[in-house]
Amino acid sequence: MNDLVEDDVAKLTVNGKSVDVAVDGETPLLWALREQLGLTGTKYGCGVAVCGSCTVHIDGVAVRSCSVKVGSLKPDQKITTIEGLSPAGDHPLQKVWVEMDVPQCGYCQTGMIMAAAALLAAKPKPTDADIDAEMSNICRCGTYQRVRAAIHVAAGNVKAQG
Amino acid sequence: MTDAIKLSRRSFVTGSAAAAGGLSLGFHIPLGASTAAAQDAAVREVNAWVLIKPDDTVVIRIARSEMGQGTLTGLAQLVAEELECNWAKVTTEYPTPGQNLARNRVWGDFSTGGSRGIRQSHEYVRRGGATAREMLIQAAAKDWGVAASEVRATNSVLTHAPSGRSTTYGKVAAAAAVLEPPKDVKLKDPKDWKIAGKPLPRLDTAPKVTGQQIYGVDLKLPGMLNAAIKACPVFGGTVAGIDDGKAKAMPGVKHVLRVADNAVAVVAETWWQAKTALDAVAINWDEGAHKNASSEAFAEVLKDGLNSSANVFVGNQNGDAPAVLATAARKIEAIYSYPHQNHATMEPMNATALWTADKCEVWCPTQNGEAALAATATAAGLPQTKCDVYKVHLGGGFGRRGAVHDYVTQAVLIAKQVPGTPIKLIWTREEDMTHGRYHPVTMAKMTGALDDKGNLIALHMRISGQSILSSIFPGALQNGRDMATFQGVGPDNPAQPTANEHGICYAFPNLLVDHAMRNPHVPPGFWRGVNVNQNAIYLESFLDELAAVAGVDALEFRLRLLGNQPKARAVLEAVAARAGWGKPMTDGVQGRGLSFLRSFGSYTAACAEVSVSDRGKLKIHRIVAATDPGHAVNPRQIEMQVEGSFVYGLGPLLYQACTVKNGRIVEDNFDTYPPLRIDEMPKVETIVMPSGGWWGGVGEPTIGVAAPAVLNAIARATGKRIRHLPIKDQNLRA
Repeated sequence: MNDLVEDDVAKLTVNGKSVDVAVDGETPLLWALREQLGLTGTKYGCGVAVCGSCTVHIDGVAVRSCSVKVGSLKPDQKITTIEGLSPAGDHPLQKVWVEMDVPQCGYCQTGMIMAAAALLAAKPKPTDADIDAEMSNICRCGTYQRVRAAIHVAAGNVKAQG
Repeated sequence: MTDAIKLSRRSFVTGSAAAAGGLSLGFHIPLGASTAAAQDAAVREVNAWVLIKPDDTVVIRIARSEMGQGTLTGLAQLVAEELECNWAKVTTEYPTPGQNLARNRVWGDFSTGGSRGIRQSHEYVRRGGATAREMLIQAAAKDWGVAASEVRATNSVLTHAPSGRSTTYGKVAAAAAVLEPPKDVKLKDPKDWKIAGKPLPRLDTAPKVTGQQIYGVDLKLPGMLNAAIKACPVFGGTVAGIDDGKAKAMPGVKHVLRVADNAVAVVAETWWQAKTALDAVAINWDEGAHKNASSEAFAEVLKDGLNSSANVFVGNQNGDAPAVLATAARKIEAIYSYPHQNHATMEPMNATALWTADKCEVWCPTQNGEAALAATATAAGLPQTKCDVYKVHLGGGFGRRGAVHDYVTQAVLIAKQVPGTPIKLIWTREEDMTHGRYHPVTMAKMTGALDDKGNLIALHMRISGQSILSSIFPGALQNGRDMATFQGVGPDNPAQPTANEHGICYAFPNLLVDHAMRNPHVPPGFWRGVNVNQNAIYLESFLDELAAVAGVDALEFRLRLLGNQPKARAVLEAVAARAGWGKPMTDGVQGRGLSFLRSFGSYTAACAEVSVSDRGKLKIHRIVAATDPGHAVNPRQIEMQVEGSFVYGLGPLLYQACTVKNGRIVEDNFDTYPPLRIDEMPKVETIVMPSGGWWGGVGEPTIGVAAPAVLNAIARATGKRIRHLPIKDQNLRA
């Protein structure tokens, strides 16, 4: 629990900064990020932790923020959103994502990148089986083939194809 | 970042647009780097398609909507090709439908569907680029006092070789903007293209990997409130009464509102507050006439339609198939079905509306800005000239946000009850799944006759099921007949290539395709691929069934029927060759399957490789796809569309179905309507083989060949024919 919840104000650590979030403790982290902190790169897709569009990192682990209540978070837990993944949008995955034109509509891609970043942090050289197991995010445009290829390139498993 | 959107004046206040468009009010929606450029007073509108900044930045106007399919980049490539501008300095922006109205539809059709984005506007957007180029050349020539014919334009630089002078587009744009546009400009031969036809990176990727891309759900306007909505779960039902006592006392809640006669909305400070309070409103629904409807009951109606003569329309006919079938020695019959599907765009339906007594503005994802404007005006009770719609990139469209703007209507009806306050309406995923415009439900009875040499001598395809046009565009029916029902199996009419986009390519000696129209209460819509999804499954699966009975190779069986269709043969032969058709299978592959389809003006074929475990588990190893769209404006984008179309088409094959119980859709989220995920994504190899001479579509055509190729491969692997989708509850082995 967020021990400092008083008068519906939670202290959170988001993208390296300590922030006060004036919100009911039952509010999903997703909506606190989007509506209180203006971090709209984290997307609502299903609300039931199935699609992964709302993926963020909590202490480095990929988490579906639609299903994490603000009141359950501790002030020292490090929450990272797509806006805080890299200083200038230059995480190796973000660079490769651009280079290989992975996104189509793009709506699920921030969650996809956050899931991939957590995967690479845990397994710097993931196999196809690792990708299958960890990348369960839904993309309706169907970018999966490029997502897989981009993860392999970012991991240095293969070189990007022209 | 604490404020998602930096507000500023809208971008289009330049040149004649400012004078004509009545652009006194409005917020600018960021669409990337273009906005800053276009806002600058120094930006010159050379013509409706091209704006140029003093630093040579080129802003290309895009009338169609970008929803992931890459049309923004493709259309910009076509304009830039003729403009002869520096591609590295190209940005884009959307004109608004209100401006299009005010300027006599200078940007033409905004509708973005039917894989039409490029193929139906390539000529006038290229002409726009070429006209602007000629005006820039004339401006430089005039300044230099030389003949325009001596001035060359390349890469945004104008040069006069005889005198050694040169200048840039940015420097002459102001002078060019006031010149009379040339009447006749010659468009380039595609073989001379340098920008178009190349696999250039998309223009819209960078903000999509950092979270900076603003979608409709991300909009934030000053003073804005948020709304959540529930419409009657049974289509056609209404609100009988509500108890909102508890909800009204909840944090942040401002209003509990009726919306039309069938929905209740809560308006609150935040969307989460609105959604939470809406869940606390007790709503008493009058579920209306369809409260007992079910998929099971409607399946009986569809089955009846397979053999009925009531409400039957002929869509394609030659020879006398019924007579040949009646006396045929070898007759084969099979029944297939395809269930309702939801578009399930990742971004749920949403719109933001600001209503006052004399103006209504809407910000929304839409595949058709003009249709969104019409919906806005109707709901607002104002003429279209007092309304406008500002488009944002869509988080998926797939047909859901094109013909029907129910979500825009709702947002305006809410905003109208809170005058002067911008209202952002976002549907929950559950609302989205249960209030869609569903891919139509159909069955088909396929009947074929073979001669003693194994040749197909007659084919009857009886479609029974739902008509989209009856619901959405009844005026497009032809004496009751819905020709869209026959997409992919319609008449072949080589004399009219533009009307021939869905014509059947096979030369069937006796053919009858007819449709017993049977419409359930579930509202239908145009869903990526529309009716080719099921029609191709029915026809291409059945051709394999016939070939198997005839003892003829499935490729050979098709090629015999495609003798006079070289483009069709070429795509089929291309996938067969790449996949190794007829050669031994390796790496655990147990079966290969072929399919072919002409749709949306393009020729497509696929060869799938699958295996099925002893316990019936399917693995799709690889699909080789070929497409001939005539011209390929961006081959890389075409590859992406082929891959994506396969994911969209294979979801219904494997898992997805929307079923009706008690008048309502049962599947209300991705747990019960599971799309394909990465672990089941086959390796897709795309062959882009444009043969020139016409313009076909790209976003949809290949969706039709994915599922039948896999079904044919399963039959080859197991000996078992699957005829009903999805396959999730069927044993592929036993």
